[in-house]
Amino acid sequence: MEIDPFIFRLSIFILSIFIGYYVVWSVTPSLHTPLMSVTNAISSVIIVGAIIAALAGDNVNIFDTANIFGFLAIILAAINIFGGFLVTQRMLAMYKKKKKDK
Amino acid sequence: MISANVLALFYLISGVLFILALRGLSSPESSRQGNLFGIVGMAIAIGVTILSVGNFSTGFLYLLILILIGGSIGTFIAFKIPMTAMPELVAGFHSLVGLAAVFVAISAFLNPEVFNLGSPGDIKIASLIEMSLGAAIGAITFTGSIIAFLKLRGIMSGSPITFFGQHYLNLALGLILLGLIFYLCKTQVDNWFWMIIIISFVLGILLIIPIGGADMPVVISMLNSYSGWAAAGIGFTLENTALIITGALVGSSGAILSYIMCKGMNRSFFNVILGGWGATEQSSSNNSKEQKPVKNGNADDAAFLMKNASSVIIVPGYGMAVAQAQHALREMVDALKKNGVKVTYAIHPVAGRMPGHMNVLLAEANVPYDEVFELEEINNDFANCDVAYVIGANDVTNPVAKTDPQSPIYGMPILDVEKSKSVLFVKRSLSPGYAGIDNDLFYRDNTLMLFADAKKMTEDIIKNL
Repeated sequence: MEIDPFIFRLSIFILSIFIGYYVVWSVTPSLHTPLMSVTNAISSVIIVGAIIAALAGDNVNIFDTANIFGFLAIILAAINIFGGFLVTQRMLAMYKKKKKDK
Repeated sequence: MISANVLALFYLISGVLFILALRGLSSPESSRQGNLFGIVGMAIAIGVTILSVGNFSTGFLYLLILILIGGSIGTFIAFKIPMTAMPELVAGFHSLVGLAAVFVAISAFLNPEVFNLGSPGDIKIASLIEMSLGAAIGAITFTGSIIAFLKLRGIMSGSPITFFGQHYLNLALGLILLGLIFYLCKTQVDNWFWMIIIISFVLGILLIIPIGGADMPVVISMLNSYSGWAAAGIGFTLENTALIITGALVGSSGAILSYIMCKGMNRSFFNVILGGWGATEQSSSNNSKEQKPVKNGNADDAAFLMKNASSVIIVPGYGMAVAQAQHALREMVDALKKNGVKVTYAIHPVAGRMPGHMNVLLAEANVPYDEVFELEEINNDFANCDVAYVIGANDVTNPVAKTDPQSPIYGMPILDVEKSKSVLFVKRSLSPGYAGIDNDLFYRDNTLMLFADAKKMTEDIIKNL
């Protein structure tokens, strides 16, 4: 009997939901806005699908409809990746502790 | 060229780094390192994908150029955006993830061979289901986020748009979607696929228009969650672990945030997404509104009260964001501290237009984060505090939530501002807050109303300190 690979992926998915559940509950409420921007940035890992789609096929047909959708998705995801991580960085840099020497 | 197994291992590493990125956010100190983990994870995922495709000709050149273009746009936005506009920015970014998911799904549908899903007209049933779910959720996220963006930006009115039979229409569209997915799997005809995407676009708009401005924290969190599920759907289609892990993380993150926001308003998730408060409750609240006397103060009175207090708690709300008063507020607090007054900040979970909105604004104004407290941490301190300075908050301080079971906000956790010796309430007018109900606090003996723009009033107080 062989197990369908789908079952493995489903297992990863379900376990990741649980990891997400516990990790996110431990996020301090004051960082909920950076949490949203960073989750937004990492969900743009969808760019890997876009890259595969865009580079598929031989060089003559690189502008097939399917490729073009891939290229479009790359731009969108790239905006998100850079924008998401950098804006998170910018926000996190602002969180400072009280100066002790005061 | 790397083998599929090595590739999968690298995706796993990316997934783990993303988990660490979220884990870092458990405290501000570890958060910066966490963000770095996220960036490395992303770089690994992109790098190994390019290597695995191994096509370094014309297409690769275009790919680099496009990443460069998108990256520059993203970088530009990230550095230019004012912190007060963070809710709209996040909504806008969600829409991009949604649309990217739709595009990838379309691409996979048109050219399934590339992803080993079969051939056009003969795609594996499981893959078809996964890609249509990914495309549908992505499309809903896209248009839904656009509406949220327009409402937050003020281009579209924040008031709920409702019409007769709205929820039945949405239900019907949802059922049609399921039917279309079924037929798509059965017949493999492209038109069903396009129909799925179009109906999902429409559904995304319809789902968000009935939700009012102050419920936006829930909406943004919900769309955050959707963008995760869309990514996971695509991850299943492409058999990509990095995407599946990330999608699950983001999906549950958004779901938890929505839950926290709903709890902050003591409302069920369905109550929020099925439509606005303001629209339905307004009529019952307005008829009891006779002219009650309020005590009207000015900046001089406020400065005097606070200067002579030993402890002051600041309660910021959305009004502070609108007036951009956070910097003036910090200056006022600095002046008070010089006078030996102990000052802390109290943040309600749903203050502002997105989770953690107030914290970011205060951080921007250089307020140390260990002076900023959440509702449960600080609520008992109001009883011992001399002055509560309410700036731009309203419903979250309304004692009616504890006393009047008829009130629409009954049961909502509130900041016990009324327990402090005196309350300074900065507000432009006596108009009710988002919930459309009068705030009892305005008419209390220990409340002094300061009618002015939040920023201007705070600046005037500084002059008088």
